[in-house]
Amino acid sequence: MNCSLASIEFSAVLIHVIKIVVLVFVVILPMVAYSVWAERKVSAIIQDRVGPNRVGIPFTKISLAGLGQPIADGVKFLLKEDLTPGHVNKLYFWLAPALTMVPAILTCAVLPFGSELFGEKMVVADLNVGPLFIFAIASLSVYGIVLAGWSSNSKYPFLGGIRSSSQMISYEISLGLSLVPVLLIFGELNLSTIVEEQSKNGWLLLPLWGEGAVWNGGWDRFFLFFPACIAFIVFTTSIFAETNRLPFDLPECETELVAGYHTEYSSMKFALFFLGEYAAMIIGSGLIVTLFLGGWSLPFGWDAGLMKMAGNPEQVPWWLGLMHIATFLGKVIAFIIFFIWVRWTLPRFRYDQLMKLGWIVFFELALLNIFITAGILILTRP
Amino acid sequence: MSLLFYIFSGVMLVFGLLVVVNRNPVSSALSLVVSFMGLAALFITLNAYFIGVIQILVYTGAVMVLFLFIIMLLDIKSEQCRKLNYVAMGGGVMIVLAFVAQLTMILAGYAPGKQRLVELPGDAAVHQDVKRVGEALFTHFNFHLQLLGVLLLIATIGVVVLSRRQGEGN
Repeated sequence: MNCSLASIEFSAVLIHVIKIVVLVFVVILPMVAYSVWAERKVSAIIQDRVGPNRVGIPFTKISLAGLGQPIADGVKFLLKEDLTPGHVNKLYFWLAPALTMVPAILTCAVLPFGSELFGEKMVVADLNVGPLFIFAIASLSVYGIVLAGWSSNSKYPFLGGIRSSSQMISYEISLGLSLVPVLLIFGELNLSTIVEEQSKNGWLLLPLWGEGAVWNGGWDRFFLFFPACIAFIVFTTSIFAETNRLPFDLPECETELVAGYHTEYSSMKFALFFLGEYAAMIIGSGLIVTLFLGGWSLPFGWDAGLMKMAGNPEQVPWWLGLMHIATFLGKVIAFIIFFIWVRWTLPRFRYDQLMKLGWIVFFELALLNIFITAGILILTRP
Repeated sequence: MSLLFYIFSGVMLVFGLLVVVNRNPVSSALSLVVSFMGLAALFITLNAYFIGVIQILVYTGAVMVLFLFIIMLLDIKSEQCRKLNYVAMGGGVMIVLAFVAQLTMILAGYAPGKQRLVELPGDAAVHQDVKRVGEALFTHFNFHLQLLGVLLLIATIGVVVLSRRQGEGN
């Protein structure tokens, strides 16, 4: 095989390192910080308040609508006293915050965040098992929460940890099952190929051009639109439950459990739980956008038109590559704002309601959806 | 390639040993998780992405989480204070050593083991491993797959029936 250490080219390694560093430290982490800012700002608008609006450039009167707030918060988290209570299990108490943050960051490796830039594919690892990889790594984030709850050695965190793990295990099932119809429709597990297919023949939830459009003979996509919508609703709701966001934030619901599994944490360790939750939300939005809303592709088949305009059909021009990255980020940001909007609009579910919804409604719905999709596929694509 | 093999098999062995040596059940369970991760990494270095990822998804993501879930509800202190049974430990070590000796003797005399395996054709064919697994399962082994499906269904129904009966008794 061609992956012995000596045969790996230095330039290829360098390109990968640059991609990883830029994606994690320039895109994901600032996005995490600023989605906290967006959360506070949007919640303020919804509740008719002002929100953070003072912190701007230090030592000046320029406030920039409070855009400096996340940086100030970060500095505060780093400088606060890091308190480790005496009754905790030290090793796991330290390990747990890292274990919630790392899987969230790792999963972004297979998300295609752009088409090509200077002939280089804009994805860190172009795996042929993309969605499975994301599920596998995301399922590891349960460990962080379980360990935090257990090692804290007190009642509220323990209850929070138990709740969270049973919630995440339950919703992982409907998350995985709801994705099966999508994979059946595309017949593909490579996320880059899925996005290219959507760029040519219409997004899964907007089949209005290419072979996916009804007037071009895409009757299969017309009938598949309905199961795709069910899959989208089940998947999005399960992502809410997986990322412990309201209306499903029972692991940390303040009114019953103080703060759930991170009650005993302070300083940067607490911040890591916080950041992990937001990073998981960003990756979840990225996955929804990639699978259902065309990833980096522009709507209405403009990609093909712009490629024709650029002349060379093989190489994506740099301006189109940048436009694709911007499109992807724009869609993800729109979804994050949707997440925030839902949080400040809906009340919290009760725990038994949450479990009932997961096991009795979504599980069956997702299972039924697989059969509907397979039936339509047999009838329309013989 | 071989360097990665030694790193990951080393991780597997060390954490596999820790599963047995640790007195704290939570530590043992987590060592087993790391050991499984090492196994998944070994699969991935062999270009078997699908099996590697499924290994993480099923064993570390589902089975071990449930394990940990149950261990957390146990009384850890009594487990930690339990005394070692030296006779049983000595017997265990003896059996393991005998097994390893027997295995090396048989493997040393096994002629087909010295042959090199056939190289798989090209990168593209290898990277379609999901498709290959699916084709093999749904064409050649279709009957076996259906049989397994029915078996799992029976197990699921059995669990539901058993847990219901217990609930009514209370």
